[in-house]
Amino acid sequence: MSAFSAINEEREIERDEFTPGIEPQATWCPGCGDFGVLKALKQAMPEVGKNPDEVALFTGIGCSGKLNSYFNSYGFHTIHGRSLPVARAAKLANPNLEVIAAGGDGDGYGIGGNHTIHTARENHDMTYIVFNNEIFGLTKGQTSPTSPKGHKSKTQPHGSAKSPIRPLSQQLNAGATYIARTAAVNPNQAKEIIAEAIEHDGFAHIDFLTQCPTWNKDAKHYVPYTDVQQSDEFDFDVSDRAEAAEMMRKTEERLYEGEVLTGRMYIEDERPSYGQEKRQIGEMPEEPLAERYFDEDAEWERTYDNLLEHHK
Amino acid sequence: MTDNELIWRIAGGSGDGIDSTSQNFAKALMWSGLNVFTHRHYPSRIRGGHTYVEVRAKDEPVQSRGDGYNFLLALGDSFARNPQEEAYYGKEELKPLYENFDDLREGGVLLYDEGLLDDEDVDEIGLEEAAEENNWHVVPMDLRGIAKEHGREIMRNTAGIGATAAILDISTDEFEKLIKQNMSGDMQEANLNVLHDAYDAASELDVDHDIEVPEDSHDEEQVILSGSNAISYGAIDEGCRFISGYPMTPWTDVFTIMSQHLPAFGGISEQVEDEIAAAALALGASHAGVKAMSGSSGGGFALMSEPLGLAEMTETPIVLVEAMRAGPSTGMPTKPEQADLEHVLYTSQGDSARVVFAPANIRECYTQTRSAFRIAYEYQIPAIVIYDQKIQGELRNLPASHFDEEPNADPGSVLTEEEIQDAAHHSSGKFQRFLHEPEDGSNVSPRSVPGQKDGRFLATGNEHNPSGHISEDPENRIAQMNRRLNKLDDIRADLDENTSHQTYHGPEDADYGILVWGSQQGTVFEAVDRLNENGHSVKALGVSDMAPYPKEEVSEWLESVDEALVVEMNATAQFRGLTQKELGKYGDKMSSLLKYNGNPFEPAEIVDGFESSIDGEELAASNMKYVPAAGD
Repeated sequence: MSAFSAINEEREIERDEFTPGIEPQATWCPGCGDFGVLKALKQAMPEVGKNPDEVALFTGIGCSGKLNSYFNSYGFHTIHGRSLPVARAAKLANPNLEVIAAGGDGDGYGIGGNHTIHTARENHDMTYIVFNNEIFGLTKGQTSPTSPKGHKSKTQPHGSAKSPIRPLSQQLNAGATYIARTAAVNPNQAKEIIAEAIEHDGFAHIDFLTQCPTWNKDAKHYVPYTDVQQSDEFDFDVSDRAEAAEMMRKTEERLYEGEVLTGRMYIEDERPSYGQEKRQIGEMPEEPLAERYFDEDAEWERTYDNLLEHHK
Repeated sequence: MTDNELIWRIAGGSGDGIDSTSQNFAKALMWSGLNVFTHRHYPSRIRGGHTYVEVRAKDEPVQSRGDGYNFLLALGDSFARNPQEEAYYGKEELKPLYENFDDLREGGVLLYDEGLLDDEDVDEIGLEEAAEENNWHVVPMDLRGIAKEHGREIMRNTAGIGATAAILDISTDEFEKLIKQNMSGDMQEANLNVLHDAYDAASELDVDHDIEVPEDSHDEEQVILSGSNAISYGAIDEGCRFISGYPMTPWTDVFTIMSQHLPAFGGISEQVEDEIAAAALALGASHAGVKAMSGSSGGGFALMSEPLGLAEMTETPIVLVEAMRAGPSTGMPTKPEQADLEHVLYTSQGDSARVVFAPANIRECYTQTRSAFRIAYEYQIPAIVIYDQKIQGELRNLPASHFDEEPNADPGSVLTEEEIQDAAHHSSGKFQRFLHEPEDGSNVSPRSVPGQKDGRFLATGNEHNPSGHISEDPENRIAQMNRRLNKLDDIRADLDENTSHQTYHGPEDADYGILVWGSQQGTVFEAVDRLNENGHSVKALGVSDMAPYPKEEVSEWLESVDEALVVEMNATAQFRGLTQKELGKYGDKMSSLLKYNGNPFEPAEIVDGFESSIDGEELAASNMKYVPAAGD
């Protein structure tokens, strides 16, 4: 028997299983978009048929990092910007785990920007949800990498001279194979996208627009939104790289003009995930590495029998 | 046993094959029954520049590089011949010759490749005068010419070995065996011809010198390897199957060795974007149930400070390797120093609970890396193996049986699914991962691994309650802090009971002591033997446990001596400071002998340093610093 019997358990999964038995007191502000992410994530789990014990959720620091406390699964609340490298290795150590990472726009596009690019480049089979509210919330309202140009805050009182980062385009260039934007104000689309992202075999990046009613009064510009898949105006092929690039450019420009375009931006199904690539070239074992430590019959080679010879 | 020894130095440009030639030379001497030890010196440059390797051979185990050397094979820097940049390179091709004058002992042999150097140039560097003054036996030979006769100039290394063998009256059998083992076809034949031609040519020269190469035979089968090999093999034998890293000298060595071998052992290696990621990956793999390690050198380790603290707070076991080089900042990339001790002990925020071992030699690199994994996974704490560029680069032989140890794949204090079912759970449904008072009375609360049924918990870098929920409750805080920190006492007791990593050397009742840590231990032990032969009464204690500090052992030893000299390769006496801090006294008993010029101590320097310190004299040598006792 596997040491990890929760994995691939076949039964009906209830949404409520992902709600902790005793809900820790929610410390998100009233009206916060983060509630929308939590709700969509919980709703997506029964759709993909995952149970709490086989899901590992890795978060960074900030309001988004609290997601772990309200979502009942294995959790690792890491450090600012570092959820991805921790998550990546857990997936390599046990590819059967359902690995999800989450963080804010500061976390994923600022301090952890390097990891975000490289995780996409390597196409790890996991889902990354970035809570993008264009503001640093938990440190009380400073300008973030996605704040619009000219954004005034206590740390940039003259208005930011920096152009906002374009996460969708950036992740397309980096190599992510599933890229979508959704919004907390649209729970149904969000749920569908999260479920798709989890089922996607490769790195799925979701830029999740979340309003911050406390520090970013412009949050209201997230309503109304347009679903690019539902709208006749945007008839584009989500698997075509060039069309996706153009769509992302539009999406990212219009966001700052007050028009919110959401939906699937790019889906590439052909490219194998990093784990598959590594297995193919013989850099990763076929069976999950983590299993071996619990397998009494596993044979552990030693260097004396293998490596000492050429030192003799 | 004799006092005879050979210290053979081969010098040339980086990229001239100096390293591999010296490795072969050392291996052949080992095969012939000698004990060998190599010392590497190289610039932070890939091709060209002055580089050398020394091979010291004796009929007893060799502990250090020794003082100076008695045979120089100077090959000439082939990369100095760059017509476009002549002005820049200047007379660099001569460097392997004249840069090595200082340490060649009186009566030594100097064999150089005249095929690469003009006579006029050689005249200019004052070789003749130096040779006369020091009674050197100078042997110019056209090694390049001999090599070219059989094909390629690069084989002048083989010619050098052949000539060395003739001059020292060593049989060429072992060298032939090596060539046959490493090469095939035309290359093999050409090299064998070069070896023999150079041997014959040098035999005719009849060089009259006093070097006697000792003879002996080993009782058991030997292996020759570096500290980095030993650390890697220790990790693999202790069940490590995941490594993540970013290249940085000298850490790259361990990273490379592990990356090359892990897949064959069913493991995973990851070269990632930076050192923060590297340590974070090791954490992620360990969290998911795999024995994992990462590492770096000073600058890269600085980036690991964050994930290191996270490992402490989440009680996720990991092993980190810190390969020291001279700092601060980028410092001297290819030069050894022992100045990152405080960096690894104290980096990262908060009161820290971590384990730090500083192996003394290749033997200890293996055993202490195994200890580091065992302790890390049993006690759920990060363990750091700190060593330096010296041990990383040096090769040494030891019995193969030292590595004949059973593997240990035990993931430590992890529960099985059955055990999780019986364990305490919080009313939120979460498993009580961080109990204040674990059932067995220890300070270790066993963990679950993602994917196990009903083992869900939250690992967080925030302070947390027993089920992992973030908590700022004062009582919980104290209970968790105490439990994490108390592990260090348990680990100390465990180490004292199972494996003392400290090494005692010299007569037990000696009046004076030399206290030393890490890679300088062997050199100090050799110096202690000489001091006692010179009529002093000295013993040494080599300390390899930096944290938790072996307070009792060091304290007892310090009580037993009148005064102690603390020898270390840094400018601020970091280990002496640690000792004083941990023991809370002996500030009036400990003085320091420090060296931080990029080269490790030689035994004679320690002898000098010790003698001038007890005589209250100034150090004669300007390359060291003496810091007297400071009081408590």
